[in-house]
Amino acid sequence: MLRTDFRWWGTCALALCLITSSAQTHAQLRVEVTGVGSNQTPIAIAQFQVDGGPAPQDIDDIIRADLTRSGVFRMIDTGNTPIPESARVDLGDWKSKGADAVVVGSVAKLADGRFDVRFRLYDAVKQQQIDGLSYLSSAAELRLNSHRIADRIYEKLTGVRGVFATRIAYVVQLSKTSFELQISDADGANAQTALRSREPIMSPSWAPDGIRLAYVSFETAKPVVYIHTLTTGERKAIANFRGSNSAPAWSPDGKMLAVALTRDGPTSIYTMNSDGSALKRITNSGAIDTEPFFSADGKSIYFTSDRGGGPQIYRMDPGGGNVQRVTFTGDYNVSPRLSPDGHTLVYVSRRNNKFQVQALDLASGQEVGLTDTVLDESPSFAPNGRLLLYATEVNGRGVLASASTDARVHTRLTGPNGDVREPTWGPFIK
Amino acid sequence: MTHRTQLQRLFIAAAAIAILAGCASTPLEENKAPVADKSAPPPAPTPPPAPDTRAVQRVDTAPTQIDPLTDPNGTLAKRSVFFDFDRFDVKAEFQPLVEAHGRYLSSMKQRHVVIEGNADERGSREYNLALGQKRADAVKSRLTLLGATDSQIETISYGEERPRATGHDESSWAQNRRADIVYK
Repeated sequence: MLRTDFRWWGTCALALCLITSSAQTHAQLRVEVTGVGSNQTPIAIAQFQVDGGPAPQDIDDIIRADLTRSGVFRMIDTGNTPIPESARVDLGDWKSKGADAVVVGSVAKLADGRFDVRFRLYDAVKQQQIDGLSYLSSAAELRLNSHRIADRIYEKLTGVRGVFATRIAYVVQLSKTSFELQISDADGANAQTALRSREPIMSPSWAPDGIRLAYVSFETAKPVVYIHTLTTGERKAIANFRGSNSAPAWSPDGKMLAVALTRDGPTSIYTMNSDGSALKRITNSGAIDTEPFFSADGKSIYFTSDRGGGPQIYRMDPGGGNVQRVTFTGDYNVSPRLSPDGHTLVYVSRRNNKFQVQALDLASGQEVGLTDTVLDESPSFAPNGRLLLYATEVNGRGVLASASTDARVHTRLTGPNGDVREPTWGPFIK
Repeated sequence: MTHRTQLQRLFIAAAAIAILAGCASTPLEENKAPVADKSAPPPAPTPPPAPDTRAVQRVDTAPTQIDPLTDPNGTLAKRSVFFDFDRFDVKAEFQPLVEAHGRYLSSMKQRHVVIEGNADERGSREYNLALGQKRADAVKSRLTLLGATDSQIETISYGEERPRATGHDESSWAQNRRADIVYK
């Protein structure tokens, strides 16, 4: 199995260069932050006390990197001295150093090889502990448990569920005849290859169970939609009709898929059960209808159509009725994705020959550009709606990037080689 | 005046004849013998050669006529149709190319083609897959207008997945907005 050790990188606009220590840093995280002075919570995350032998993951580094990438935290320097979970923390002192919240923790290697990970989260303003937990973790799960701690801290301090323990899927092209579908942690680390092919792979789409993916593979020399169970490697061609089969999208209950097919003529949208039965054509415009995307409530399908002359975003009922045009600015709007709360639609728009992710507030009609790159593709919301993952190109190479939905924080993810593309953010894991 | 003019004319005419005669005189005289020979009896025909028992007459089951498709300088050697951004109409400059293939397919019903539609890397991969399909379909519809039959032509799109040029500039993009006519 090929592992791609991704590195998030960027330029440090603020002096938050969070990675203060540690030769065993696994990902070099540097985050570009714009919008200085926004309401970021200042937080001090002390080095975890390590007992009983070195831990294979630098837990406090992973937590700091996660929280920084969210864009809503500002790191307060904690120096190089670890503070154990059991220590009495002088919250007044931390408050005077500018911290509103303080995290301390310990990781102890047990005789059976597992690790006891403990942390406490303090509110330095109210001078009280607001969270504290211990995990018994295998070495293999230390990274996941570090993300889980970051998720708890994020939720306690923002009221919004964290996404650091979720996963992402994306496609890497390593050469003209080498394509891989990879799955990694949300921070790009711990990448694993789910599918390797000599032909292109595109449009991965997570089932709501977080275990299956639908995607398009050209392995039979034409685009065919497969459903792939990650845990077993089992695959099934779910749409393999005459012509093109592409653009799979899951209904929020996981029972249905929408796909784009050319079996009856021009590219049109169809729905089917996730076992491939009950195929039903739901668009018949004579123009291109593709890129279906279900709203989280299952009541709408957003899609791309050039029925008006150029590609624009439309919405319809899941049965194909009540079609309405949604985008009106610019002559090229594609790849619609709706935020989990249904309030914001993002898509790639061509403006002045740049292809950039735009966010449209559906209630007000206000549109905001989220990126400063020029060849953006495939936006994908984090399941909490606060971050957006997308593909773009830097120095002629395909890279992944993320942006906070207020456009303030941007990060980039590049692999050691190849073009990275088609990112899609997985669902919350129960 | 008149008399002199007639004399002059005679003189000019005589001079002209003399010049013409002078010019033509040598070949005319040399050609006289063969012209005269025409009235002579034809030479005895040479006897037919004795049958050569070692001769091998080649029989070719393929048509002896050269397939215009294989002529590297013919119009049919050109098999790529290029498009503008987000467009799938066959531009005027490519219509002679498409027409030549349409006429060829119309006259060679046993030939089959796959038309492969492609797009440049910009924008959505899924939309580009659909756009490549429209480009392939646009070429197909022109070929069928010229007499090619539906069963001779298959269309497929690779979208932006198989770029011919891998640069990230207009010259590469222009090469990748393309439909290829591929003979089977």
